[in-house]
Amino acid sequence: MSTAVGARPALVWAVNISVLLLVAIWTIPTLGILVSSFRDKDQLVVSGWWTALTPSEQSMMARAAPPDEAVQQHGQWVISGNVFGENTGRVSAFGTSIQRPGEFEPGTSAEMDGGMITIEENGDYSITYPEQPEGRRGERLFFTSVEPPKFTTANYETVLFSEGIGQSFINTMTVTIPATVIPILIAAYAAYALSWMEFPGRALLLATIVGLLVVPLQMALIPLLRLYNDIGVGKSYIGIWLAHTGFGLPLAIYLLRNYIAGLPREIIESAKVDGATDFDIFRKIILPLSFPALASFAIFQFLWVWNDLLVATVFLGNNEDQLVMTGRLRELLGSRGGNWEILTASAFVAIIVPIVVFFALQRYLVRGLLAGSVKGG
Amino acid sequence: MAGVLMKNIKKSYGTTAVIHGINLEIRSGEFVVFVGPSGCGKSTLLRMIAGLESITGGDMYIGEERVNDIPPSQRGIAMVFQSYALYPHMSVYDNMAFGMKIAKAPKADIEKRVREAAEILQLTPYLNRLPKALSGGQRQRVAIGRAIVRNPKVFLFDEPLSNLDAALRVATRIEIAKLKESMPDSTMIYVTHDQVEAMTLADRIVVLSAGNVEQVGPPIELYERPANLFVAQFIGSPAMNVQRARIDQTGEKTTIRLGERKADLPIPSPADMAGAEVHFGVRPEDLTVASNGNGLIDGRVNIVESLGEVTNVYLDVENAPEPIVVKLPGVQRFNRGEIVSLAAAPDKMHLFNEKGRSLLHL
Amino acid sequence: MAVTHATTGPAANGTGFASFLTTIPVTLAVMAIGLAVSIAGAVAVYALLAFILPDSRLLGAIVVMFLGVAACFGYFWSSNKLLDTFYPAAGANIAINLTKANAIRPWLFLGPALIVLGIYLVYPVINSIVLSFYGPTGENWVGLYNYQWLAGDGAFRESVRNNILWLLVVPAAATFFGLVAAALTDRISWGNLAKSLIFMPMAISFIGASVIWKFIYDYRPEGAEQIGLLNAIVTLLGGSPQAWITVPFWNNFFLMVVLIWIQTGFAMVILSAALRGIPEETIEAAVIDGASPFQIFYKIKVPQIWGTIAVVWTTITILVLKVFDIVLAMTNGQWGTQVLANYMFDWMFRGLDFGRASTIALVIMIMVVPIMIWNIREARKDMR
Repeated sequence: MSTAVGARPALVWAVNISVLLLVAIWTIPTLGILVSSFRDKDQLVVSGWWTALTPSEQSMMARAAPPDEAVQQHGQWVISGNVFGENTGRVSAFGTSIQRPGEFEPGTSAEMDGGMITIEENGDYSITYPEQPEGRRGERLFFTSVEPPKFTTANYETVLFSEGIGQSFINTMTVTIPATVIPILIAAYAAYALSWMEFPGRALLLATIVGLLVVPLQMALIPLLRLYNDIGVGKSYIGIWLAHTGFGLPLAIYLLRNYIAGLPREIIESAKVDGATDFDIFRKIILPLSFPALASFAIFQFLWVWNDLLVATVFLGNNEDQLVMTGRLRELLGSRGGNWEILTASAFVAIIVPIVVFFALQRYLVRGLLAGSVKGG
Repeated sequence: MAGVLMKNIKKSYGTTAVIHGINLEIRSGEFVVFVGPSGCGKSTLLRMIAGLESITGGDMYIGEERVNDIPPSQRGIAMVFQSYALYPHMSVYDNMAFGMKIAKAPKADIEKRVREAAEILQLTPYLNRLPKALSGGQRQRVAIGRAIVRNPKVFLFDEPLSNLDAALRVATRIEIAKLKESMPDSTMIYVTHDQVEAMTLADRIVVLSAGNVEQVGPPIELYERPANLFVAQFIGSPAMNVQRARIDQTGEKTTIRLGERKADLPIPSPADMAGAEVHFGVRPEDLTVASNGNGLIDGRVNIVESLGEVTNVYLDVENAPEPIVVKLPGVQRFNRGEIVSLAAAPDKMHLFNEKGRSLLHL
Repeated sequence: MAVTHATTGPAANGTGFASFLTTIPVTLAVMAIGLAVSIAGAVAVYALLAFILPDSRLLGAIVVMFLGVAACFGYFWSSNKLLDTFYPAAGANIAINLTKANAIRPWLFLGPALIVLGIYLVYPVINSIVLSFYGPTGENWVGLYNYQWLAGDGAFRESVRNNILWLLVVPAAATFFGLVAAALTDRISWGNLAKSLIFMPMAISFIGASVIWKFIYDYRPEGAEQIGLLNAIVTLLGGSPQAWITVPFWNNFFLMVVLIWIQTGFAMVILSAALRGIPEETIEAAVIDGASPFQIFYKIKVPQIWGTIAVVWTTITILVLKVFDIVLAMTNGQWGTQVLANYMFDWMFRGLDFGRASTIALVIMIMVVPIMIWNIREARKDMR
């Protein structure tokens, strides 16, 4: 942008702050699940992820030792122990009923069920009774504990190995890679023919491909499902590879044709004078020169196939061997709707690969978007 | 080596004809330049020789062979394109070797030919570079080198210098002239819209206009004896001045009346042209300033362009629609509105009939 | 490209078409042989590998992938080779051979693409139209029954209403935010980083985004600590927490936010390129004329990129018509959030009624058709 004479600093500030705000709105949601997926699952359910770095206050309940462990001291019966058991923590307050876990400061005494209870900040408690207490179960102790922030990779271990996300990750790979590579080759040849070869009906064919670009996927599902069942393809990887190939082809042909048709005519003519056949020209001139367009489409198709739920749901089964990550995530949303530690970790596993691809190859993605859209797709 | 022969060559796109039956013989070893304004069909004609455009009608021969239906690679031609058309992903070496590799020539042969061509064009240090690491002039040399490696019967150049800047254009032009000298047997056909290139390079120039050949001949002949008004005004800069005149007397010499004045020209004219309206032409550089009223034409100075080496003076002449241009050597001073009388040597004058044909070419 | 075809004129076209007809048998034969050779080769290698290698699925996938690509390449190579043997570019008949080979070769290059497009896109459109006249299993002719049912169906009307809401809000909002983001990020030093971050949701699946936003909308009863960001903010400001995605009508907008969040980056990238494409001189002229930055933006820049804005708008519109995953994951169409794509999926998978599902799919298709026609016309203009 031009910074002409007399640029106003106030405006510059306003622009910076607005962009900061936009960026915040667009990144915070993702940050939320990233942070949450590393939090301890007990902390995750009681405090917002934005408090993850501050110690969390948590209402807790512990059970004191049973009355028969009471010992006589100075004429009184005393039950003592630590509310945290084996662990450590800090008590910020305690109370005598579940409704009021924050009634008393640590170190003070309170009356409870005929005894006096004291809980220290480090969790040591003692209950003194004038007489030997009776009963079999220990008293319930209510307190508010302050726990230091806890981060863990346990959530990832859980989702990867016992929730089946690991297997789904492999399934998704199995779907994605061939479904990205196959259409490229088919489309590149078609795009070359549509750009540089003369044949009747070329304009009509191009118009048809532009039209097919926007055909909703929904149209194709039932006819293809029936077709697959009739010819015995059923729910198989071959079936979904070809389906993704079919659905990706119009965009692939359109993008590649726009690019290949824009290559300098003289280069192709020069190759013809040099004696190259169309097949040679395609392999030795067009393919190497079209690398940016091929990369653009590859990224598109990769992201689209990786992130697809609909096609996978229709053309692949629900079993362990075929459930892809998006499908698994959807299943978890249904069955583990409240278990945010599972959901956030799973979601992050599902989005990390596309995000890495995205940041690594953004340049090509943008180029592809521009080629595909600005010219009227 | 071989010449090129065109018999009634035609080209049309659908119903639009762009080349209207061209007959032309280009001899083996000749350097021929096609020149003409843009859209005259010169590039199309070249591409038809190359085989990049199909031929709608007529016969095209390269050497003895009729090539109408032969693919470009089998015609024994090589082409240098305006945009160089180098393969951007291949090194200079691979660019030059591509054609031979496609033809599956032995590696040693390829190596030898590429090295030779690189040597001629001083490209040896750059053989491993990619085209994008070369300057414009070097790229153009690679394009020429690629043509040399093919060892063609006919070289085709399609405006090869128009993407270069002015200084480089002159240098490369001289290189092409040298190249031709070093390969006297090769036939070269060169398309340009730049008449300087045409005049300096050509053995013969073919002037094209609207799909027709206007004149074919050595550069100086085209300059001195243009066959028609189109060629007369196309060759030379500024363009030839043309005025209406009337023939007074026909014969071995022709006397014309130009306004009030008369002039005797050493140009024969047939008797039936007595009294006919003609176009009288004289080149700006052939006009001189005469002492008051003794010239052929009087004009009022309108614009003076001082270029240092020459001075162009534009004069308004009574009853003439176009101003007259005079090109005078060195720096000359004129005042606006001053009346100047102009003269010319009779053998530098041209006469064209009503249809624009030169009386010398009737 | 189209123009070369158009200018060949009627006469040339006629002969072109006639010679095209005569080449069909050879084209098909060469194509078939090429396909057969390459597929047979791939299957043979696969069988051999399956015999040698232990059963490992990922390895199997990689092998199949390579074989698939090799078969593809094998097809193109063998069919071309075959054609060159059939019609060699040498000898006495060179002219005829070349003409024939040149007429056939484009179809060899196009063959696989045409077959796949035909099976996966053209056939389904026709078949869906047919199926919409059939009953649940696609076997009984029911005439217009499915359409009558659709006209009287409450859930369908709700879906249409919601789809229209989505169509009105999402493209407008995403384009607007995209335009704002593009305009602002172009003016600051860290603009590219900001763009990357705003663009990033593009890479996230709809279902992943749904999890992300469901977490934002998470609801705990009043008094409990809110772990959903939205309710935490509402509580902080003194409001009472809401189960956002169950609030009738307004929940639609909470779902739309997800798609807007994803698509803004797309709009921004395209519009940013368009803004940069505006000739700098027009802006400088406006600066000299004394226009303020806002005036420059609204009166000079935006009018020059209307075409691009339209393209962005229609692209997002098409996406919105197909929106499915977000609704499925967030509400599955409950609480009045049903949309056509999800409703179609519902009838296909849970209702198991292919007739009705096809009819709903056709409705989506019909909504796309105007954009399709517009696109084709624009593209044809471009190619001229």
